Amino acid sequence: MSDASAARLLAGPPTTAGTESLEDHVARLGERPAGDDETIELLRRTRLRGRGGGAFPALRKWRAVAGGSRPPAVLVNGVEAEPMSQKDRLLMQVRPHLVIDGAFIAAEAVGARRIVVCVGRDHRSSSDALTAALRARSDRPCAVDIVKVPAGYVAGEESALVQYVERRVAKPTSGPRPFVAGIGGAPTLVHNVETLAHVGLLARMGAEWFAAVGAGAAGTTLITLSGAGLHGARVLEIAHGTTLQDAVAAAGGDEAAPAALLGGHSGRWTALDPHNPLPLDPGSLQEAGLSLGAGVVHLLEPGGCAVDETSRMLAYMAEQSARQCGPCTFGLPAIAGAADRVARGRAESHDLSRLSRWAGMVRGRGACHHPDGAAVLAESSLAVFAADWRSHASGAGCITRAERVA
Amino acid sequence: MSRFVVEIDRIACDGRGLCAELLPEMISLDDWGFPIISGDPVPDSLLPMAQLAVDQCPLLALRLRAHTSSTPAAPGRH
Repeated sequence: MSDASAARLLAGPPTTAGTESLEDHVARLGERPAGDDETIELLRRTRLRGRGGGAFPALRKWRAVAGGSRPPAVLVNGVEAEPMSQKDRLLMQVRPHLVIDGAFIAAEAVGARRIVVCVGRDHRSSSDALTAALRARSDRPCAVDIVKVPAGYVAGEESALVQYVERRVAKPTSGPRPFVAGIGGAPTLVHNVETLAHVGLLARMGAEWFAAVGAGAAGTTLITLSGAGLHGARVLEIAHGTTLQDAVAAAGGDEAAPAALLGGHSGRWTALDPHNPLPLDPGSLQEAGLSLGAGVVHLLEPGGCAVDETSRMLAYMAEQSARQCGPCTFGLPAIAGAADRVARGRAESHDLSRLSRWAGMVRGRGACHHPDGAAVLAESSLAVFAADWRSHASGAGCITRAERVA
Repeated sequence: MSRFVVEIDRIACDGRGLCAELLPEMISLDDWGFPIISGDPVPDSLLPMAQLAVDQCPLLALRLRAHTSSTPAAPGRH
């Protein structure tokens, strides 16, 4: 059985102890190694993937920017735009030096001339902790700037971050991808703060240590659990391959929760069956048509209404559109409107089939993946809770709440 | 089959719809008037109309991209 709680990023003082100082960090883990070709080799051996939701192989990104036309830049993504995720803020708050180690190591390894650290403007305590930690460092490989990014779901998308850094517009772009031409036109390595924290440990401890835990993928990953049985959100570090059921139990979540949303607002619902354990590693999840995304697990309350929850989330996704692309600007409000009518027991005659149709219609047709997220959320809910949606749509009311909604 | 695919800049596109009129074999409009574009290579016979659609887009949102075996056309539509 995999260890349901495996401390590596979160090893050391408990998270309740607050920010680990530079002195304590170095005493515990040693000085940070330099970044170089050996680091890139470590990425190859461990097959480290990004922890921002895209799960992109880190090696490919590093090689692409290192082999670019000009000296690259590194953009540290600590914006955590997914509202259901807390792991990045926690990491920046309690282990900022590990994140910074990873950023400095990456910058050295790819030959970067500039590091830009992006944090959420509203995330005061974690951005203050990271800012203070940066100030305490005397091992900067290049210029480091901190940019505070306004809240917004699409603001954390990598091309939106580059555009915000360049011209203070927090919207995705349709031009060359950041790894080709990003900040100041330089090939830009964009990494989530958790990914960089893993680099900080990996560079010290090596590939064998890294792969000593984890099944299906090497190492550990941070997940944020919320919903049934949990007050607020709980961040857990798990070894890859830990089952969803074990993770829920370790976090104190309600093990009778009938379903979970994996991945947040752009994620997928899945029914939870205690007799069908779901290993949390990219391969097993992919086989089940799922993904952890930015590591979000949100549990449905027993007796909770997924139609209602999904409808509210779709309204949020529609509201968060950057309104740059037609299918997203018009499609997401249409989807949210139909979902809202159905949830309230005021469905028009074709609302359910429209929901399906429109979700399929917007997928892949924006400059970024925001419409895809809403589409996937809608489609998974319609599939997993088909009976619920039909009951709401027919006016028969909510199955789980056993009451008429209209 | 030519070596070209029709590509669109989704941000520049404003849903005018000229492209769907000029190249209905490869471009249709969604429920909000925005183009749904086939990712298949443009057949040789349609290349002149594809070029015309690119040229006539008021927002210059379309282009024809040459694809080689290393950059295959995106399957399906977009």
